[in-house]
Amino acid sequence: MTVITIERKVLAKNDEIARQNRETFDRHGLFVFNVVSSPGAGKTCLLERTLEVLGGSVRLAVVEGDVQTDFDAQRVARYGVPVVQIVTNGGCHLEAKLVQDALASLPLDQLDVLVIENVGNLVCPANYDLGEALKVVVVSTTEGDDKPLKYPGMFRNASVLVINKTDLLPHLDTDVAALRRNALQINPSLTVFETSCRTKTGIAEWCDWLKARAARRA
Amino acid sequence: MHELSIAQGIVDLVRQHVPGERARDVRTVRVRLGALSGVVADSLAFCFDAVVDGTPLAAAQLDIEGVPTEAACDDCGRRFAPADLVFRCPACGSGRVRLLAGQELQVVHVELDEASETAPARSGVSRP
Repeated sequence: MTVITIERKVLAKNDEIARQNRETFDRHGLFVFNVVSSPGAGKTCLLERTLEVLGGSVRLAVVEGDVQTDFDAQRVARYGVPVVQIVTNGGCHLEAKLVQDALASLPLDQLDVLVIENVGNLVCPANYDLGEALKVVVVSTTEGDDKPLKYPGMFRNASVLVINKTDLLPHLDTDVAALRRNALQINPSLTVFETSCRTKTGIAEWCDWLKARAARRA
Repeated sequence: MHELSIAQGIVDLVRQHVPGERARDVRTVRVRLGALSGVVADSLAFCFDAVVDGTPLAAAQLDIEGVPTEAACDDCGRRFAPADLVFRCPACGSGRVRLLAGQELQVVHVELDEASETAPARSGVSRP
């Protein structure tokens, strides 16, 4: 029996491209965040509200990841920001190479912030570094208060939690305090925002944070 | 779906490290899989078989070494195995906890049968 030692991370190739992406972002002074959630939590809606508020003062661009269609890119494009749609054709997450390819069509030296909207999925995107500065996980109130305990990998890897659809709380049994507590148990360093993209409650606080975070990079 | 692309990644690494003419001699691919890797061992083994089917690696089997979660408290230094997914130090209650192990997703080594008789001579293969 012959043994050949390999001792390599399976995702080493992805990690290497993510490192290259991070270098590119640093070179252009770009603040990049990766938005993850289950399908329908309101990632694109949060982006739309963000673009309404910050569109005039922060130079944003968006990379949209979806399994099929360019619906989300069309929604975001209405705000007049550069947007690239990545269609994964069944793939359940974005990989660093897909983002690297998308960067070629963006005017990086004319941007302050790049938002990567991942495929709706709370499992696989946790494993794939894209080169972003941080992950923002969006959870909607309709998903209940136990999501952080069910998908701890994602909550552990994220830096920001946005609890969305707070306008629906009167109609739900979801306990937001328990949702916060569960998330902070998994990851005590999470910064938490509560938003309603519908009534725009909490959007200003989120946008202030984002603007301040982007300014630190400039 | 996710395990399928991980299985393909494992096969790619094996093909990079094993000379092409020896691929069919590979019997075992040792993989280290952390409890928090997000990868399901049974699914991975199933996907690996599907990916190598009909290729020179068809006879290779995945040998999965599970790695339990291990953490250390940054405040009191206690090392512990988190009982559940909530990382809190059992000694001092601190939430400032660092993960030491459990996220592994690595190819460790491959084991090959002695070269097939028809295979040409080669070099660069180490013997333990």
